[in-house]
Amino acid sequence: MQLYGQEVASRLLVGTALYPSPAVMEAAIRASGAGIVTVSVRREAAGGRAGDAFWRIIQGLGVKVLPNTAGCRTVKEAVATAELARELFGTPWIKLEVVGDDETLQPDVVGLVEAAGILLRDGFEVFPYTTEDLTVAQRLVEAGCRVVMPWASPIGSGQGITNRAALRTLRQRLPEVTLIVDAGLGAPSHAADAMELGYDGVLLNTAVAKADDPVAMARAFALAVEAGRVGHEAGLMPARDFATPSTPVVGTPFWHAAG
Amino acid sequence: MVVTVNGERAEIGSARIPELLAELGYEGGFLAVAVNREIVRRARWAEVEVTEGDEIEIVTPRQGG
Repeated sequence: MQLYGQEVASRLLVGTALYPSPAVMEAAIRASGAGIVTVSVRREAAGGRAGDAFWRIIQGLGVKVLPNTAGCRTVKEAVATAELARELFGTPWIKLEVVGDDETLQPDVVGLVEAAGILLRDGFEVFPYTTEDLTVAQRLVEAGCRVVMPWASPIGSGQGITNRAALRTLRQRLPEVTLIVDAGLGAPSHAADAMELGYDGVLLNTAVAKADDPVAMARAFALAVEAGRVGHEAGLMPARDFATPSTPVVGTPFWHAAG
Repeated sequence: MVVTVNGERAEIGSARIPELLAELGYEGGFLAVAVNREIVRRARWAEVEVTEGDEIEIVTPRQGG
């Protein structure tokens, strides 16, 4: 898949948070086969080395990083955080999050479009985390986003795709845009579901990190993403309201027309 | 002078970022710095002068989703 002109082999992107330990995180990321991981930018305590320790592990994985603006509630905060991320990680990529509602972590789509415009004009390559709303996605694309990342359901909820019709519409209306389902996926089948809908990739964190066995779950998601993608490319049969027999009717033994 | 570092009051002796980081125990870390919400690129750390009351952010990579 193409992300701002860069070819990425895996269609699975994973987060680096919430794992039971750094060692499990490292093993799970390797098992996922992901080529891109999300990271954040946070204040370091005086004399602290937590950031260095984490960064060494990520560097050892040889993956690309996609820094986020998680926790930002205003355009100003998100833009300033993106600038810190670019300075720190040396990448123009930014997963842009502007939180609109504390309870659902629903993106503030108005602020998102505004922040995306500012950052794109400043040379960033923006990966906006948004809702399934078509016109918001269109505004993001008009602003210059070449990747759009709608949610499946709220972050960390594990509900899977709750508005299938809208996600299908988004895919149909934005065929040229790289679309990644980000947030809300709880099971490998949810990831396969997104890929079967024709999404280019999926981004998830909690479903792997909070599994009983994160490493095994990472592999399960990798398989599901691949299965869903191959299934999509193979062309799914259209769903029908009624049964149609798969076994030929002609030649059925003991069959006779009347009585 | 008194400045704010990561939201907390801090008393510092040096106005230049490299010395200030060393003073606060951040030396050698993989980090980014902003003063009054403006990024100070690493290449410019020695040029910028911090003044009384400035708000300094010192950040590092962290786990994220």
